[in-house]
Amino acid sequence: MSEELFPEPEWLSEEVKTGTTIIAVTFDGGVVLGSDSRVSAGESVVNRVMNKLSPLHDKIYCALSGSAADAQTIAEIVNYQLDVHSYLSPMSYDPLVCSAATLVKNISYKYKEELSAHLIVAGWDRKKGGQVYATLNGLLSRQPFAIGGSGSFYINGFVDAEYRKNMTKRESQEFVVNALTLAMGRDGSSGGVAYVVTIDKDGAEEKCVLGNELPKFFDE
Amino acid sequence: MFISQNFEMDSFSQNPEFTIHSFFTFLDTTIMAVEFEGGVVIGADSRTTTGAYIANRVTDKLTPIHERIFCCRSGSAADTQAIADAVTYQLGFHSIELDEAPLVQTAASLFREMCYRYREELMAGIIVAGWDPRRGGQVYTVPVGGMMTRQPVSVGGSGSSYIYGYVDSNYRAGMSKEECLKFTAEALTLAMERDGSSGGVVRLAVISEQGVERQVILGNQLPKFSTV
Repeated sequence: MSEELFPEPEWLSEEVKTGTTIIAVTFDGGVVLGSDSRVSAGESVVNRVMNKLSPLHDKIYCALSGSAADAQTIAEIVNYQLDVHSYLSPMSYDPLVCSAATLVKNISYKYKEELSAHLIVAGWDRKKGGQVYATLNGLLSRQPFAIGGSGSFYINGFVDAEYRKNMTKRESQEFVVNALTLAMGRDGSSGGVAYVVTIDKDGAEEKCVLGNELPKFFDE
Repeated sequence: MFISQNFEMDSFSQNPEFTIHSFFTFLDTTIMAVEFEGGVVIGADSRTTTGAYIANRVTDKLTPIHERIFCCRSGSAADTQAIADAVTYQLGFHSIELDEAPLVQTAASLFREMCYRYREELMAGIIVAGWDPRRGGQVYTVPVGGMMTRQPVSVGGSGSSYIYGYVDSNYRAGMSKEECLKFTAEALTLAMERDGSSGGVVRLAVISEQGVERQVILGNQLPKFSTV
């Protein structure tokens, strides 16, 4: 009787996706990563404050998008593999961003039929400074900046037009927050707050920009 | 043992939608219209595709409906041409009856009537823009499905998804005609760079009290954005 009165909501059986917007940008001396905070299962938002920027190591983070379970699992596995790698390596310097990205790519490529997650790996290391790697579907591509997730379609034009090489840290952070805000304004699967992580030689600094602090654009 | 075709296969593996359209001619495209003080600026790319083949690389998607009213067409080339022809006839007749220039809103309403009534059969996304003496420059968008709404700036077509962010951040109310032309050309260029169904040249038109001025920006003259 109670099952008829309260039928099981659809979202319980829908896959949980982080339909999302993620972005990572290099600047002179480091990288800035940004993400929104919405996790949806069908039409329902099951988590409105999820931090999709996951640490792989002290100065290497990854941004998650696609299936929430797949992305989180990849990030956890790579986090473990990087820990092992840095304990076992003869020098005790931090692992390279390229190594982290390659580990992510290896998993994404090997299980590409089963997984549906796109991670952007970004960080700072002593050898090459700030780097951003895209690992969509098992490719590995180093880029000056990368965007991903369902919301990224809407900001392709914006980032193409507004990105300039050699921005300062401040400008990069503003660029990331602007891009996220625009995407969250147009994509139903992105929203909530904006998480921003800035990584440079001194470490990683996490910041959360709340809804009312986001920049306002002309709203037609 | 037999397995029925329709039993327990997820819908994705049965005839994905895009294969049905593969031999129809499409105007998957990028179209845009912006209002400014004294008129409107409209723009479009110039690619018409039939599957992967570009049937026309210099298409004119800015179609005159009346002296100072144009429409930007996206979606099925056949559907939008037929609708535009029908509305041109109806509006011409209406304007002769009234003995004055028709309102842009009238043209938009005619488009909406047809697009909504035959919504199941049609695949047409249209932006109606023009100038009339009563309300000046106006842009009305009639997307697939047949709703109609007036907007100061409107983008449409498959390439429009990529430039929502750019348009949202760069549009300001009260831009001049030259600023609107530059804004439209840049937005269309960005969309054409990212969308496989948009490309070719950028066609622009300015509609104001003085009439219609058309221009074409060729491939090598398009604004350049460095993303490397």
